[in-house]
Amino acid sequence: MKSLIQKLVETPGPSGFEYQIRDVIREVIGDTADEIRVDALGSLIARKGTKTDGGMRVMISAHMDEIGLMVTHVDSNGFVRFTSVGGINPLTCYGGRVLFMNGSRGVIGVDGLERGKMPKLSDLFIDVGATNKETCPVSVGDVCGFERPFLDLGKRMVAKSMDDRIAAAIAIEALRRLESTPHEVHFVFSTQEEVGLRGAITAAYGVDPDVGFAVDVTRSGDTPRFSTKMATALGDGPAIKVRDSSFIADPRLVDWMVKTAERAGIPYQMEVLEAGGTDGRAIQLTRGGVPAGCISIACRYIHSPSEMVDSDDVENAVKLLVKLLSVPITLA
Amino acid sequence: MTNNQDASTKRKPEIGPSQINLLEKLCNATAVSGDEYEVRKIILEEMKPIADEIKVDALGNILVTKFGGGEGRVRVMLAAHMDEIGFMVVKKHDDNLFEFARVGGIDERQLPGKAVLVGRDHLPGVIGAKPIHMTTAKDRKKKIDVSDMRIDMGPEIGDKVKTGDRATFATRFRVLGPSICAKALDDRLGVVTLMELLKYAPDNIDLLAAFTVQEEVGLRGARVAAYAFNPDMAIALDSTPAYDLPHWDEEDENVQYNTHLDAGPAIYVMDRATIADRRLVNWLRDTAEDLGIPYQFRQPGGGGTDAGVIHKTRSGIPSTSVSVPSRYLHTAAGIARLDDWVNTLSLLHAALCRVTPELLAGERRD
Repeated sequence: MKSLIQKLVETPGPSGFEYQIRDVIREVIGDTADEIRVDALGSLIARKGTKTDGGMRVMISAHMDEIGLMVTHVDSNGFVRFTSVGGINPLTCYGGRVLFMNGSRGVIGVDGLERGKMPKLSDLFIDVGATNKETCPVSVGDVCGFERPFLDLGKRMVAKSMDDRIAAAIAIEALRRLESTPHEVHFVFSTQEEVGLRGAITAAYGVDPDVGFAVDVTRSGDTPRFSTKMATALGDGPAIKVRDSSFIADPRLVDWMVKTAERAGIPYQMEVLEAGGTDGRAIQLTRGGVPAGCISIACRYIHSPSEMVDSDDVENAVKLLVKLLSVPITLA
Repeated sequence: MTNNQDASTKRKPEIGPSQINLLEKLCNATAVSGDEYEVRKIILEEMKPIADEIKVDALGNILVTKFGGGEGRVRVMLAAHMDEIGFMVVKKHDDNLFEFARVGGIDERQLPGKAVLVGRDHLPGVIGAKPIHMTTAKDRKKKIDVSDMRIDMGPEIGDKVKTGDRATFATRFRVLGPSICAKALDDRLGVVTLMELLKYAPDNIDLLAAFTVQEEVGLRGARVAAYAFNPDMAIALDSTPAYDLPHWDEEDENVQYNTHLDAGPAIYVMDRATIADRRLVNWLRDTAEDLGIPYQFRQPGGGGTDAGVIHKTRSGIPSTSVSVPSRYLHTAAGIARLDDWVNTLSLLHAALCRVTPELLAGERRD
């Protein structure tokens, strides 16, 4: 599974520019799905199974976009100014390397910053090695993502876009391992999550599910100073979300997920996230309302170029997802 | 110019005295978000003779359809918002001094001393300011909160004002050489452009025109208009700031100008609400390049247009926006260039004439 993860995290795909990662995912899925389609906003939707008695139409959403940068201006000396695509922390930018969708590369510099001060995005620029505007290989509107190779630390894995390619990997693996299901399952690899769940909004409208789940990363409360007030920790299992700041998971689904995990002997942890949101919100608010839940993977250093997750959490998330999709869903 | 029953793709829209007069009428009308009555009336009068279908929906949007002919017509939605930023009277005080709230994004620092027109009868008033004689140096450094400002109507006239009445800046439309100076260029420029496009709607598409309400308070009208039209693709026609002034610090290049005047229509790649569909961006760019029409890409960043809600409608609608650049938007007086408006209209008309199903045949990609 690690080679799949590496392939996914090393493909660029900032929000709105998911065509490369979409092609990779489509190729990886191959004929394991019964049907694959792409909607108007670019989400890849892979269906498996058909609705049987007691089955439901289920949407699983893992977003394939990642945070990135977009060129706003190239100055006369060839330096590139940019704005953020999604939630970029200027702290994690300086010295970073970026890869543009057109193949150009560059490094992020800062100039004129007072010692000890936090940079603002407007203090930063991308240096693509151009000597003037005319020779600059990128122009206004071009998009880049961070460039950082996958790092395998054994039990732990690090990459620039674990958020949310790790969920894409989990969804793909679950799709492969899912032998039989009473449900019509739509695995959605959604777009533009990082700028406001936009792909999931239109995908959920199109799928019109009876029930839906997001798979995403969540914050982890186990770093040295424990300053992130989260009960979640790497290695404690996939997290079953109770709520975040934009979404309250359907409590019936939360109970059912917990019971299913316990019956199957799959480790899990509970998640309450006080800031942040996932495609779960978009699914829940679709049409007349959809019961929705979320499986999260605890992740350190989210939205930095080095996001860390635990391999066992990933494996157990796949097991949990396959289990959930193999049995009838009870909304008691 | 309303008699265009024989309009065909061969005829091109132009901007002459009648279009400028129409823009003047639209800019001088009052249509603060939520009460777009005056602008709606003007549009209905002009569009009824040429529309194949025309209706006003539950929120007050005008939805006009102009059908093309032949097979494989793409359903193209164009949206321009009728509403403008302004004020609402919230409380009457003694001496006909009215407490007011802002409607839409207005910087309170530029309000004191501005003349306004209140209510549907356009009653004159002024947002009062302490004269310089009476202020100290310390006073003059302080920002005045809008809650401390009043619209002064004086006796008699003020008696006719009710809580809830809207007000706008009193600025009257003027042509200044190659420029236009007016309030509400955002988005009457879009409105008048869309009216002209309807008059010259090309045959290869079904043109679904939405004159929307309540854009300035959160893109509310366009949301339901897009749901109703359910188009194949959409473009919001709007106006966007040009902050292309010489930078004060000469060592520093102005790197945050949004757009430039005289550089042509501004095509959107990304704003806060929308990441444009590149197929549409490229189609607009290629049209401009092929025909030698000047254009610019609006600097990606903040702001939002009706496209922000349109593209998320139903199963998703490929969308982007095109704006006429203008200086000093959301203040009492904006300045735009006639040439930018002409080029915006030319680009949009030419691009619409080139729409075929192939434009949207593939997947969303660069």
